[in-house]
Amino acid sequence: MHIFAKRFTAVSIKSVIQIPNRLKMNKLVILGAGTGGTLMANKLRKKLSRSEWEITIVDKEPEHYYQPGFLFIPFGIYQSRQVVKPKRRFLPKGVSYIEAAIEKVMPESNEVFLADGTNLNYDYLIIATGTDIVPSETPGLDGNQWHKSIFDFYTIKGAESLSRAIDGFNGGNFVVSLVELPFKCPVAPLEFAFLADSYFKKKGIRDKVNISYVTPLSGAFTKPKATRMLGDLMKQKNITLIPDFNIEQVDNDSKKLVSYDGREVPFDLLTVVPVNMGAEYVGRSGMGDDLNFVPTNKHTLQSEKWDNVFVLGDAANIPTSKAGSVVHFAAEILYENFLLAIKGKPLLAKFDGHANCFIITGIGEGTLIDFNYDVEPLPGTFPLPVIGPMKLLKVNRLNYWGKMAFKWAYWNLLIKGRHMPISTHMSMAGKKAG
Amino acid sequence: MAQKTYAGIAVDVNDEGYLTNAGSWTNEIAVAIAQEEDIVLTEKHFAVLYFIRQKTSAGEALSLRSIGKSGIVDAKQFYELFPGAPLKKASRIAGIPKPSSCV
Repeated sequence: MHIFAKRFTAVSIKSVIQIPNRLKMNKLVILGAGTGGTLMANKLRKKLSRSEWEITIVDKEPEHYYQPGFLFIPFGIYQSRQVVKPKRRFLPKGVSYIEAAIEKVMPESNEVFLADGTNLNYDYLIIATGTDIVPSETPGLDGNQWHKSIFDFYTIKGAESLSRAIDGFNGGNFVVSLVELPFKCPVAPLEFAFLADSYFKKKGIRDKVNISYVTPLSGAFTKPKATRMLGDLMKQKNITLIPDFNIEQVDNDSKKLVSYDGREVPFDLLTVVPVNMGAEYVGRSGMGDDLNFVPTNKHTLQSEKWDNVFVLGDAANIPTSKAGSVVHFAAEILYENFLLAIKGKPLLAKFDGHANCFIITGIGEGTLIDFNYDVEPLPGTFPLPVIGPMKLLKVNRLNYWGKMAFKWAYWNLLIKGRHMPISTHMSMAGKKAG
Repeated sequence: MAQKTYAGIAVDVNDEGYLTNAGSWTNEIAVAIAQEEDIVLTEKHFAVLYFIRQKTSAGEALSLRSIGKSGIVDAKQFYELFPGAPLKKASRIAGIPKPSSCV
């Protein structure tokens, strides 16, 4: 895979800003029609006058995926059709939708070149093309065992293949692993391991299955309190934690994970979160870091280099989780700053890195974490003090059903830009800081 | 926060043994911290330590990937120089804060 890496100099290069005026049609181009792109198209089309602003959104795939649902497909809890809908359905009237792959962006001349040879000019660009798995970054991962005994659940195809493999699994080494940080939905592999434990228990064969969790981290998670809580849950569920393990390569013949320092983990069925990278065109355009994520101001969401380019969601390099909830909260901030930017005003809205994530801990049970750039996941209640009703860092049934109910909210409220009753900035209300 | 003495110099460290002030670091302090990890520093070690310090002061995040592609060492060599948990070990010896494997 070709990676075009470029180091940014300390001097930023600003492109010519077109101050919108009533005599000319201004152009906003949104790259990516996933969660972030769809949300921004809805919010901005409502607000920006059609006589002054043309909005175009570009995506290479016609299908919109509810990615949190992929976790449930391998265990037969969801079917694919429940988590896939046509993208068009969620885009508002008055937004042009172009289904095409992106070849390159030339930010110095405000142009986007599409793979079909056409190009788009823009006054403002929002990059929301997300992140994808790149198994080829790890030697042996996409070898002859890929989707035979080695699976991902970050794609529909991977999740469906995995579903068949799990259905036919009768015992042995069931290994869950993550290659490298960052990757989208940091809790997903944990949830997967917990669900596997539940699933095999229900099937009556848990004692024949040896579940291991292989991670480059030193613990189950990143921040101390959550790491302790999740590590304890792993012990309770007899999931072996194998920390500080950086995968150098996967041996397809002897079916083993091999680390840089020569440790080996044998597997019969391996579920892996491969290296995550931003879209290839980002690298081709010289706009990304060595993982194709776009350097972005973590508070204003403006690109570090070009004043008329904003980045939303997984495509950015901001130091918070790559997660849908983050996109939702960040979109509120981007919306405000975009409206200020087009008036030539300072970008006053500040994103605090807020993330709010359900963690499924078994079939029918779950917990919840709520955090931001400065505050790690803390125990307490959410969203209201005492009343909750969700409990943070505690396991209960309500949190599980909260996650399941969220699918409806996603399709019907979130991506359509409709109001959701959760505050954009993380609140300390209800949290125990001690 | 506490104080530790390395190479006869008292420095402030946090509860995990990382220097709280990267500016107080010297080569001699590096050698002393490395001794705690049973590592004898060579020129190659120092090349990596300087790379790490330079990246950190430029505000860039460190990762196994960025060090492996640094041109100074590859990932495997990095593991040979600082066995076990190379990023954490090398960061501590280099006198910079613990890498934020944040997300």
